[in-house]
Amino acid sequence: MADRLGKISAVLVALILAALTLGSAAVTASRATSWSLTPADWAALRFTLVQAALSAGISALLAVPVARALARRRFRGREAVIRLMAAPFLLPTVVAVLGLLAVFGRAGPVNQALTWLNLPGFSIYGLHGVVLAHVFLNLPLTVRFVLQGWFAVPAERFRLAQSLGMGPAAQFRHLELPMLRSVLPGAAAVVFLLCLTSFAVALTLGGGPKASTLELAIYQALRFDFDLGRAALLAALQFALCGAVVLATLRVTQPTGFGAGLGREVPVFAPGGWRLWADGIAVLLTVGFLAAPLLAVALAGLSGMGSLPSGLWAAAGRSLMVAVISALLSAMAALVLVLAVLRGARWLEAAAMLPLAASGLVMGTGLFLIIHPLLPPERLALPVTVLVNAVLALPFLYRALLPEALAMQADYGRLAESLNLRGFGRLRWLVLPRLARPLGFGTGLAAALSMGDLGVIALFAGDRAVTLPLLIQRLTGAYRMEAAASASLLLLLLSFALFWAFDRMGGRHADA
Amino acid sequence: MLTLDGVEIEQGDFRLTADWSVGAGERVAIIGPSGAGKSTLLMAVAGFVALTAGRVLWQGGDLAGVEPGQRPLSVLFQDQNLFPHLTLAQNLGLGIDPDLRLDTGQKARVAAALARVGLEGMGARRPGQLSGGQQGRAALARALLRARPVLLLDEPFAALGPALKAEMLDLVAEVASESGAAVLMVTHDPADARRFAVRVVLVAEGVAQAPVPTAELFANPPEALRRYLG
Repeated sequence: MADRLGKISAVLVALILAALTLGSAAVTASRATSWSLTPADWAALRFTLVQAALSAGISALLAVPVARALARRRFRGREAVIRLMAAPFLLPTVVAVLGLLAVFGRAGPVNQALTWLNLPGFSIYGLHGVVLAHVFLNLPLTVRFVLQGWFAVPAERFRLAQSLGMGPAAQFRHLELPMLRSVLPGAAAVVFLLCLTSFAVALTLGGGPKASTLELAIYQALRFDFDLGRAALLAALQFALCGAVVLATLRVTQPTGFGAGLGREVPVFAPGGWRLWADGIAVLLTVGFLAAPLLAVALAGLSGMGSLPSGLWAAAGRSLMVAVISALLSAMAALVLVLAVLRGARWLEAAAMLPLAASGLVMGTGLFLIIHPLLPPERLALPVTVLVNAVLALPFLYRALLPEALAMQADYGRLAESLNLRGFGRLRWLVLPRLARPLGFGTGLAAALSMGDLGVIALFAGDRAVTLPLLIQRLTGAYRMEAAASASLLLLLLSFALFWAFDRMGGRHADA
Repeated sequence: MLTLDGVEIEQGDFRLTADWSVGAGERVAIIGPSGAGKSTLLMAVAGFVALTAGRVLWQGGDLAGVEPGQRPLSVLFQDQNLFPHLTLAQNLGLGIDPDLRLDTGQKARVAAALARVGLEGMGARRPGQLSGGQQGRAALARALLRARPVLLLDEPFAALGPALKAEMLDLVAEVASESGAAVLMVTHDPADARRFAVRVVLVAEGVAQAPVPTAELFANPPEALRRYLG
């Protein structure tokens, strides 16, 4: 009975996912009033591709020396640096942008130093700023990908190479280059995909006809021009673009579990001399680049504590509620799908990957077009945000659960069957305990992502249902930087606390 | 009586046939070279491997379509016989009720089963806190609670030292004769077969031959067994 219930709910989840992703795309495509793109649309498409390609390329290039340094050097605080690499993934984009503005903005230390050196200043707005922010947000993820590649090369290989008298250059050619050739394209493809759907960064640092992404163009068409036909056309275009990139990406990447097996001890050969200095500088620069904006936000936030913006606590409460509900929904849906895939319904894997092709604004536009004739969209701002965030987080949760679920099936599947352990008993006594750790980690990740999300909420919210990221964006837009910083600090703390709480809950239930 | 009636198993190039019976309470060893299909045969009886042809019958009733957990048998696998995240008492309790809703009487039965295999008072421990031999005892205690008329052993004690393994086999023999269960045991060690089994099935060259009395088989080994023993 319970097994049938599991199957039915898996099919139901797959249908909901298909409706929200493919359905939104179909709705948008059917509402497009014209199929001809204006010059501004072409510019948005070009800018989207250029910034994503630059962000992916630069992240991949910079990740190599950093990952190599972390792979082959042992120093105090190495674990902490590797852990810092996970932070920007949890970092709300609006907070990251605010930190980058503090460091690289007109009055920031970088521009002050440039002025002092009589060099021309640097503007964080436009293409550079968007790429800078994307590298900040995605470099750590890329480093972790590449670091896993380095750890996957057995230490014995390096020992063998040394015993054959290979120097660092020869080792790079024979051992490290082949590894990078297999790892880097996948890592770059993931960054490219994430940057294609970038909205909050483009909204705050881009803008204008020259620096607008498709996501931003959809938002502007819907919110400012109220040109539903054009928004629909752009959303359909964005979906087609992302879908094509997802299909291409799946060809170059292996499914990777996030956060597994990093920082373990592999004795590796580490050359001295200038290479030691180069490694040290790579790590220091990266830590500085990642930590400075975080510190800037924290400091500005603390000094702004006296002038907390009105509506802050209500917004924080709304954001927490949205984050927790959408994370739990997403976790349940991912678990249902994973269990059905284990039982042999492989086609459901595709359903779990669908959300990668649908950005928040594409789904948002689809839902907006459906809801708009029936009732004012801002009335449904929060439920829609919950739903869309749950869908967007699902692929990450699914990927986090799948390896552990496969291991569970391989190790205990037959034992459970031979004991007639099925249905709710199996869920209670086998599945939940065995999957508690990735479930906690993935739910925490989903909660943090949802907590910091500024996407679909910007499309729907009126003056009432404002979440914390939206409040920060509006404060930043009004140049109320102190208030924005204190709200950002609160958002940062809440996001990390949510992740930590879920992750820990999972770890505590998995003490086997 | 457990009957393998014209059983055929095919997996790619691999092929195995069996056509014989084992009586209630009988102890039978299955020996043969590695890769011959000893474990595959056992898993087919347990319901994890599909038959290409033939039937597996218990007391004349066909087991086709009967789920592994519903068959009249308990299995001790090569490893992973206990859930590491559950206590011993919970692991054993699953043998009584897969939903683990046990009343006081059933809890007392769990404690008694633990005592029977020499693990008295260890119900609150997790498998990770036990030695390999103790884990084997716990798995056996669960089979005792399940009280199925057939017990399948897929070399569960292979990782134990010779003395400990002999002790475990004696315990299995005792427990099985108390409950009257038939035992089918896969092993690659002829000494296990001699110590434990009344009859022996030789699996070689695609055939699981009909069981032969142990003493008779080793006194006058057929060609395939001579090659295996070396």
